[in-house]
Amino acid sequence: MSEKTKISIEHVSKRYDVGNKALLFTKGNYAHDNFVGHETDYVLKDVNLAIKEGEFHIFLGASGCGKTTLLNIVAGFLDKTSGSVQLDGKEIKGPGAERGVVFQNADLAIFPWLTVQKNVEYGLKMKGIKKEERRKTALDAITLVGLKGHEKKYPDELSGGMKQRVQIARSIAANPEVLIMDEPFGALDAQTRRTLQDELISIWKKTGKTILFVTHDISEAVYLGENISIFSVAPDATIVETIPVPYLYPRDVNNKRIGDFVKSTTEKLEKAISASRKEHERRGQVRAFKERGEEEIVTEEKRDKDSVAV
Amino acid sequence: MKGLTTKVIKSGLISWVVLFGVWGIVSLFYTDSFFPSPIETYRGFREIVLSGKLREDISISVWRVLLGWSRALLIGIPLGLLIGRFKFVNWFIEPFINFFRFVPAIGFLTLFLMWFGVGEESKLILITYASIFPIIINTVAGVKAINPVKYQAAESLGANKFQSFVTVTVPGAVPNILTGARLGLSTAIISIVGAEMLAANSGLGYLVYTSRLYYRTDWIFVGIVTLGVLGFFADKSLRFIAKKSLKHYGVTG
Repeated sequence: MSEKTKISIEHVSKRYDVGNKALLFTKGNYAHDNFVGHETDYVLKDVNLAIKEGEFHIFLGASGCGKTTLLNIVAGFLDKTSGSVQLDGKEIKGPGAERGVVFQNADLAIFPWLTVQKNVEYGLKMKGIKKEERRKTALDAITLVGLKGHEKKYPDELSGGMKQRVQIARSIAANPEVLIMDEPFGALDAQTRRTLQDELISIWKKTGKTILFVTHDISEAVYLGENISIFSVAPDATIVETIPVPYLYPRDVNNKRIGDFVKSTTEKLEKAISASRKEHERRGQVRAFKERGEEEIVTEEKRDKDSVAV
Repeated sequence: MKGLTTKVIKSGLISWVVLFGVWGIVSLFYTDSFFPSPIETYRGFREIVLSGKLREDISISVWRVLLGWSRALLIGIPLGLLIGRFKFVNWFIEPFINFFRFVPAIGFLTLFLMWFGVGEESKLILITYASIFPIIINTVAGVKAINPVKYQAAESLGANKFQSFVTVTVPGAVPNILTGARLGLSTAIISIVGAEMLAANSGLGYLVYTSRLYYRTDWIFVGIVTLGVLGFFADKSLRFIAKKSLKHYGVTG
């Protein structure tokens, strides 16, 4: 791992875009449905983070916490309200091939009308790469994710885990500098999830790509990540702490020390969540108080004076 | 045996038998020139089949329908794709569509005759006009039904706006385009009668419309049944071809 900063996130805030809230729901993740915010609230408030080149970085937080919003900003699908997000010192303005995205829902993300081979070739085709080279590169990626022999199949002939592999292969084949993954294994059964997690680690080691991985699963975070950023809850979510995971790969989650690490991470996450809940509650009271009108504030003040007088 | 019974019930055969039965019974109360019986209709059918008139009428009508409908597809599908994908095209064109789709093709019949003459052109334009709206409207709905994640995926794989239009919008809208094509085909067949009522000297519409002048009600019946059968098989075969070739686009038939 080099020391060069790949992605730098500085003072990023994102206000709820009420007029365009649909954008927040585009991922089949309805976490934002139950957001308790006000339209003047921020989903993300003053987020700062530096991700190094080749790093495996985890965004960890409860659902609806804003981690996916930040990921969408890095991917270029959403605009930030203020602050700066840079890749190699260049401001991110929209989606781009240098940032490959693996979506949570493979069924939505892969193209059902293309074979596995054609799906994986897609990014190369958009770049205008010649057919022969495209075929070879795609086949390498397909082999890397363990789908060799399935190239000619269509997505509807594949299982959920295989579809997710197609998505990973498709991103890898396009050779992005950063791989952005949004809870990619969330919908899979435990067995498949573990296999894909191990494969992802080996793909990461082979390709040396920077990976940005969103999850709400703490043991997954500890199993995969080099660094874990813990999110508080929206509105005004932010990264409360970034902790390095000091264990070598492959990690054994049954190991006592790692188990303890998972426990302490859980505590940190819970603390972050309850702290922001308290803050929201306090703010809710202030808001309700303001809405009751000035009159009562006056009486409130008067009462204060009275009590002083007494 | 049981399987066969279910099959017969499912095929709708019983409904047809009942229909023919009722038709036969009702026809007993009327003269043949007012309400011909199924047998009388069959005689009339044989007559125009043997004289080659029916074959000629069918082929000219089918040709008109296919030509008018293909033009509607050729114009309607690209237009629908653009309206669905690009807001400014939508703002510009949608008001017209929502106005003209409520004006029936027959309403334009005399105008088209006046503008485009009594030849083939006015009939084809009428059929195209009648079938283009379901095609456009369904194509637009198909484009709007595409999940935004597909566009996000395409763009983060390096596709530009044009590329994502070609590789996501077009294939993604295929199931609804097919629905539009099917509905368009049925309205094309429906409108053929109107198109051939005036200023035609052949075709099924012409047969239905002019037979009344000779008191050949049985021929009218033949024309009506033929139109129904044609539509039925046209739709069936379109669905069959689509199901076979467009399965991976989400066409389920």
